[in-house]
Amino acid sequence: MKMNKQILKDMYLRMRRIREFEVKAQNLFAEGKIPGFVHLYIGEEAVATGVSVCLRDDDFITSTHRGHGHIVAKGGDLRFMMAELFGKESGYCKGKGGSMHIADRTKGILGANGIVGAGQNIAVGAGLSCSYRQTDQVCVCFFGDASTNQGTFHESMNLASIWKLPIVFVCENNYYGISMSQARHQAIKDIADRGASYGIPGIAVDGNDVTAVYEAANEAIARARKGLGPTLLECKTYRHRGHFEGDAGLYKPTEEQKEWLAKDPLPRFSSFLLENGFSEKDVADLDKTVADEIAEAIRFADESAYPAVEKTVEDVYSDIIEEVRSR
Amino acid sequence: MKTMTYGEAIREGMSIRMREDNTVILFGEDVGAFGGCFGVSAGMVAEFGENRVRDTPISEGVIIGAAVGSAATGLRPIAELMFIDFLTVGMDQLVNQAAKMRYMFGGKISLPMVVRLPAGAGVGAAAQHSQSLEAWVTHVPGLKVVYPSTPQDALGLMLSAIDDDNPVMFVEHKAIYAVKGEVENFDPIPLGKGDVKRQGSDVTIVATGKMVYEALEAAKTLAADGIEAEVIDPRTLYPLDKDLIAQSLAKTHKLVIVTEENKRGAYSGEIAAIVAEDYFDLLDAPIARIGALNSPVPFCPQLEQYYLPHSKDIIAAVKKFG
Repeated sequence: MKMNKQILKDMYLRMRRIREFEVKAQNLFAEGKIPGFVHLYIGEEAVATGVSVCLRDDDFITSTHRGHGHIVAKGGDLRFMMAELFGKESGYCKGKGGSMHIADRTKGILGANGIVGAGQNIAVGAGLSCSYRQTDQVCVCFFGDASTNQGTFHESMNLASIWKLPIVFVCENNYYGISMSQARHQAIKDIADRGASYGIPGIAVDGNDVTAVYEAANEAIARARKGLGPTLLECKTYRHRGHFEGDAGLYKPTEEQKEWLAKDPLPRFSSFLLENGFSEKDVADLDKTVADEIAEAIRFADESAYPAVEKTVEDVYSDIIEEVRSR
Repeated sequence: MKTMTYGEAIREGMSIRMREDNTVILFGEDVGAFGGCFGVSAGMVAEFGENRVRDTPISEGVIIGAAVGSAATGLRPIAELMFIDFLTVGMDQLVNQAAKMRYMFGGKISLPMVVRLPAGAGVGAAAQHSQSLEAWVTHVPGLKVVYPSTPQDALGLMLSAIDDDNPVMFVEHKAIYAVKGEVENFDPIPLGKGDVKRQGSDVTIVATGKMVYEALEAAKTLAADGIEAEVIDPRTLYPLDKDLIAQSLAKTHKLVIVTEENKRGAYSGEIAAIVAEDYFDLLDAPIARIGALNSPVPFCPQLEQYYLPHSKDIIAAVKKFG
């Protein structure tokens, strides 16, 4: 497939944004500016990017606990994201959600999710809504390899297939469910094989090659838009960091880590750009643009105020506050 | 005015909104041509078509999850769980997703969804198809919980449940689907408004679901002995109409709470705690709380009847006030 320069540039910007955001989040967490847990997407950028460039603003995604990359790729505002990680009032969720619970309804982002596999069920609902309202919107459901052992995976794939819902199930196989390797947590190698159980296409691609992800996602999304039903797209990738910051990832063999670091999607894609009409300066300019965006996001988050504690009782219901206050 | 059964009233409530609003849809196990396990949605697929009244596979997690996802993206779904007992299977979608999404996302996502939950014992359905698990859902911030006892209330509360922008748990008692009543009002009954089902000045009986009928029967017997019981049906468990209970206690100063839940950890305990904390001065006697036994629901009808609370238990509690 021929990708024009504009798409290539867009993809590079998204991948670089995710990487920069995550590296900065890693440092800010270490400095104590970000409380709680963070699960970084470093190493998996090509998946969210290759899929999301095929989507429109009015398409939906469901995400995971490792959701920053999906949200950045789908067009989430970096300032509101960073402020949310800091727990600030100006964050996407007014500081009530944090890293694992960022949503942006205006961009079709139906939320990162702290429960493994839960987004699969929600994606079915979004797909039902698109199909019922007879729009040509689609929903992309991102999830990891370990979530394919949850009941939600089976329930969702089955219902989406019998109702022919416009959903692309994107499995990010990073080979680990926390510390348990794929070889230990399931007896198959290609999760894409599970598509056969539901009578839908199951496709496995190199998830560190953004162009391969793009091509496969484009086809699956087009299929969904045409009302031909869901696809299971497995993208094989690797998380460079531990499960969360603070996990040293000692269960990942050194050789394996080396092998995957050599396949890092970002240098790989910048080399691709240099071979396809981009100059060193073009790439450096894009890097500079992203660095400025991230610096601005951090400044915004840093300078924002924490929410007033009284706000704790708001947004539980659309219309009840007083009762929530009683303790 | 129209006579209808409790089950027909629930159907009529759903149908009224479905006729007016194309975004309202119903789905669940066997709700289509089969008409629902208890016949509540009988005929709806003929009126609204298979696109709006959808049979789902037996997959309670994704039934609730599909309600969450479709409510977040423009629909007003009604999801039926065939039995409230099956909540166990779909609990993550309800508790961690439906109840928390508005909050976690800073109020930016609304979930206008109804989950229908047929509850209660008395039909020989044994331990996994008879429970009264309403306390599980009243405990969770982000959910509203209604539990009508009459056809009129079922219809009016269904309209409000569908109109509400929050997830509403609609608890139905399966043993009273065939109970008939007059429906005079086809308007929504606001959530959080209880109803005085019988006026009295000597004792207040707060009852929910099928227990409203036991309370009314007890009140009749007590009246023959010169004791006038006021029977209050909160109708909505959350938000709870505390004021109505307080107004009654200001007259009677005595309180019996009766629900069909097994008593330990029951929502009746929450009502009792609210009264003890906020209205202690109105009470002349300790609160009496009646529930089912703290066993699983037994199968054989003799055991099941022994397990359940009855009007005689309410009468005994009232007589103890002296």
